[in-house]
Amino acid sequence: MASSNNLSHTFGIKGGDFGKAGCVSLEIKEILRDLGVDPAIIRRVAIAAYEAEMNVVMYAEKGEVVLRLNPKTIRITLEDQGPGIEDIEMAMQEGYSTATDQMREMGFGAGMGLPNIKKNADRFDLKSEVGKGTSYNIVIHLIPEGET
Amino acid sequence: MSQYYHSIRIDTDKCDGRMKCLRSCPTQAIRIRDNKAVILEEKCIDCGECITACPNGAIVALTDPFGELSKFKHTVAIPSPALYAQFGRSILPDRILAGLKKLGFDDAYDLALTCGDTSLAIEHFLEEYKGPRPLISNACPSVVRLIQVKYPQLVDHIIPITLPKRLTAREIKEKKSKELGLKLEEIGTFYITPCPVKMIAIRQPSAGEECYLDGAISIADIYGPLLSALENVDPGSYRKGLESICILGIGWAVAGGMHRTLKLENVLDVYGISEIINTFDDIERGKLRNIDLVVAYSCPQGCVGGSLTVENRYISYNKILRLLETLERENIEACGDKREIDDKYRQKQFHMQHKYEPRPIQALDGDLGEAIKKRKKKEKIYESLPKIDCGVCGAPTCMAFAEDVVRGEAQPSDCIFNVPKKFRELTGELSRLLDGFGSIGGEQQREPGNRKKRKKS
Repeated sequence: MASSNNLSHTFGIKGGDFGKAGCVSLEIKEILRDLGVDPAIIRRVAIAAYEAEMNVVMYAEKGEVVLRLNPKTIRITLEDQGPGIEDIEMAMQEGYSTATDQMREMGFGAGMGLPNIKKNADRFDLKSEVGKGTSYNIVIHLIPEGET
Repeated sequence: MSQYYHSIRIDTDKCDGRMKCLRSCPTQAIRIRDNKAVILEEKCIDCGECITACPNGAIVALTDPFGELSKFKHTVAIPSPALYAQFGRSILPDRILAGLKKLGFDDAYDLALTCGDTSLAIEHFLEEYKGPRPLISNACPSVVRLIQVKYPQLVDHIIPITLPKRLTAREIKEKKSKELGLKLEEIGTFYITPCPVKMIAIRQPSAGEECYLDGAISIADIYGPLLSALENVDPGSYRKGLESICILGIGWAVAGGMHRTLKLENVLDVYGISEIINTFDDIERGKLRNIDLVVAYSCPQGCVGGSLTVENRYISYNKILRLLETLERENIEACGDKREIDDKYRQKQFHMQHKYEPRPIQALDGDLGEAIKKRKKKEKIYESLPKIDCGVCGAPTCMAFAEDVVRGEAQPSDCIFNVPKKFRELTGELSRLLDGFGSIGGEQQREPGNRKKRKKS
């Protein structure tokens, strides 16, 4: 019974593939629209998913986004193989960015990525190991916490 | 289902299901059922792409016939500035307005003037605005509908400034009723429209505002008579005609025209529904936050590219552009009094009374758990389809077809690629049946089994 109410999707992302950047968040949005999820929540998910996706495109070699959903919560996990984050506290600050000039010229790397995810998520855990990669877990509730 | 008014109808006598509309519809709002096109009202944004695409002229815009004028004691034509672009360069707005009066209107009003006032109001609004950016212009009703249907979370980005034609119609009615001692409803205000979507803005305004317009007449319908009427209008002086044009408003007819006269740096002009969809996707992802305003027109080149216009859209686009350049060079403004407009703005006369409301497409199911199940089913069906979007089933894409099946609006067997499968199943069953009758079917029975094996290896 419980499993039939779950939906899960895995999306692969290639680092440096700016042409496809944004496709994952778009697909996730389409799914949520089908399900009739509240537009305000869809928007939060879309922003968080987009920023996560962009972090892989900009910094990592490759990564995987998994969307898991049940009638109560949306969970997005991301795992990438990349340089990792040296100073997580710093990276969580608005405006801090290690993007190259070229990325900035393209309008990316404003240092809003991780803070933006945090702002839009109900829960956001981040783990990173320098030289290996970064993984995080984004939870957004469909029903306010405490209600069943 | 007729919850929403639409300005587009399909003439089933003329439609022979050739699918051009199916492929042209940017919101996948058309299906072919029993060889005839059908519009899904919930998804249609009245952009008119299908009208242009139909080779049979089977899709028609529901504008008003000219005869409607006789219902009123006093009639006023309010042409879209796109009408000015339909005639040669030497024919200026003043002459076109005079031509409209020759056609039988008691008066004709230059809407570009109000567009100019509205441009200033938008400038004011943007100066004071503190909410999420970018704002999105409400000038094109198809764009507003697109947001309501596909981007409900962006409705708060739509500029809540009343459309010029509505403002004009209200002022005309109030002024003329005083002047002529007539009731408001005895004065007929007619918009001369470049596209069908403006018709809905009259019959069912997006935000539930009262419209004050009594009808819309298509540019295509009025073009011929107007052309002959223009021959009987004294051409007058070109210079004088030029001096009567409001530079702030005339540009509303073309993409980039409104932006050109607004004193804003970060404005994007977007046109064509698929481009607009790309841009709105970006906004939804949180990009473009440094842009102040997006002015989007569903038709290529702006209103001059509307499906009810006559002149080639590039020619008319150029005419407006040249006109703007001339006015800039000659320093001609001829717009409303700035202080008066400021006063009106402060009195909130430009502000809409209602908010735009979202009207998202129905979910697969009202219950989220059920919707998740149906979504999974939809994905499963999609996986079994050829994914070539051939359209033979009557849906524009395999994904749309999968959704139609889940919603119970189509059968899996409507997919032509499912037919051979079904045929194999049936022949398999038949040979099994025959097998039951004795040895005759023995050889044939092995056939389907063998085939399965071959497929696997």
